[in-house]
Amino acid sequence: MSVTTPSKLQKMIDSGNFAVTSEVGPPRSADGAVIEHKGKLIKDYVDAINVTDNQTSVCRVCSLACCIRLKLMGLEACLQMVTRDRNRIALQSDILGAASFGINNILCLTGDHQHFGDHAKCANVFDLDSVQLIQTVKMMRDEGKLLGGHEFAVRPQMYIGAAANPFAGPNVAMRVSRLAKKVAAGVQFIQTQCIYNMDTFKEFMKLMVDRGLHEKVAILAGITPLRNVGMAKYMQKRVPGIDVPDDIVRRIGGVPKEKQAEEGLTLAVEQIQELKEVEGVRGFHIMAIEWEEKVGEIVERGGLYPRPQLA
Amino acid sequence: MIKAVPKPLEEILDQVKDFTKVLIAGCDGCVTVCEAGGLKEVKVLASALRLYFTQAGKQAQIDETSLTRQCEKEYLAQLSDKMDIYDAVVSLACGCGVQYMAEMYNNKIIYPGVDTCFLGVNEERGLYVERCQACGRCILAETGGICPIARCSKRMLNGPCGGSDKGKCEINKDIPCGWELIYERLKTLGQLDRFEKPVDPKDWSTSRDGGPRTIVREDLRI
Repeated sequence: MSVTTPSKLQKMIDSGNFAVTSEVGPPRSADGAVIEHKGKLIKDYVDAINVTDNQTSVCRVCSLACCIRLKLMGLEACLQMVTRDRNRIALQSDILGAASFGINNILCLTGDHQHFGDHAKCANVFDLDSVQLIQTVKMMRDEGKLLGGHEFAVRPQMYIGAAANPFAGPNVAMRVSRLAKKVAAGVQFIQTQCIYNMDTFKEFMKLMVDRGLHEKVAILAGITPLRNVGMAKYMQKRVPGIDVPDDIVRRIGGVPKEKQAEEGLTLAVEQIQELKEVEGVRGFHIMAIEWEEKVGEIVERGGLYPRPQLA
Repeated sequence: MIKAVPKPLEEILDQVKDFTKVLIAGCDGCVTVCEAGGLKEVKVLASALRLYFTQAGKQAQIDETSLTRQCEKEYLAQLSDKMDIYDAVVSLACGCGVQYMAEMYNNKIIYPGVDTCFLGVNEERGLYVERCQACGRCILAETGGICPIARCSKRMLNGPCGGSDKGKCEINKDIPCGWELIYERLKTLGQLDRFEKPVDPKDWSTSRDGGPRTIVREDLRI
């Protein structure tokens, strides 16, 4: 975590306050107003706004354009970048483009396989993987160099993030090892997969702390509020790498339909409260999927509002 | 070895239905092993074509042969005497054999009779599984003898990704996660330290990304 960038997210994390990030998903059309609307909904409650990069392999407005839009609104954007669709030329080109607009946060991902999306017959790229993308951004930032060897003067000042999924079991130790590899590559912050299985997450964090990895990388715990029991079941059965225990499904399903959303929000708030006590957790990444209007409520009820104003 | 599957009969019929003299040419190499294009499959396909022509009330001559290997000129040359009589050839060799035959018999229509799929192993009869993508620079020494390029759906060199579930790949629960296999094998070999060391971006120029590939072995050339 040594290299300091102009990132406001990094400043918040380094200040010792719990950081809060959230994400917005771009539209499947050329309607730029969608991102502006979503950005306005959450801007006062978060330190940085991730823009997803064709998530679940569904074609949308590109993350870079949306990040620029948020930046022009005066907001702190985090560029999500997957290696599925672009080779190292395009990835580095987009990083330079983002940096030229003063975007200072990047989330380095490999990305879902295109099998899930709306273009299942397409070719994929995977020239790099997420770890190599981390290495690449670090090289560009710290050495002013492209993978091809070209050296340049104006470097991208990126605070480097990545994802971690403690639940892509069964081996939690392997997941810690994988994260250790990202740390070795130069990652500075992690946004985790949404947490529902608290026992597994705590086991993961204990292994992180035992190895001292929590001091080398800031862990932002992933929170996704469940809107209803249907969503809970869908996440449990259909979404790869997400672990929703049966008792959570029972809890959301145990209240009348019209109160399930409220129960989901309460669960999210309780998760935040519990996770604040877990050693190594430095903040929260709230992924309210197509439910951005509730981010503010979760942040407030989670005791994370108002956001500290740092000089 | 190269693995292939027979093309659907309808597809082949559609190509040859207007001809009267067709040669079905198998290959005794890889496609015989995976039972897609050997002499046995030649006979099956020829019978099916004859039946079609008979039922359609058409006269047609469907001949059968199989060559030792269709990826070598000396074996392809064995057809040179009789090639002129055929309107078309259906080659049941892999894509290499089909192309090499077309190259050698420039004025002859050569149709592929199989879909060439991958380089793989025979897990059981009728169950063939990919193991190699011929990237041109083998890294198996570093990955516990398990290839992440062939066996990870995202050809990651620093896996596994976050989508694997209970040791299975995110795209299909019947496909083992290649990186889980690598992790377990490295553990067995006492080489887990390799797992945590980031692997640099790969030089793909020895793979298909570098354009059509040629091997020149000066030590073997006369």
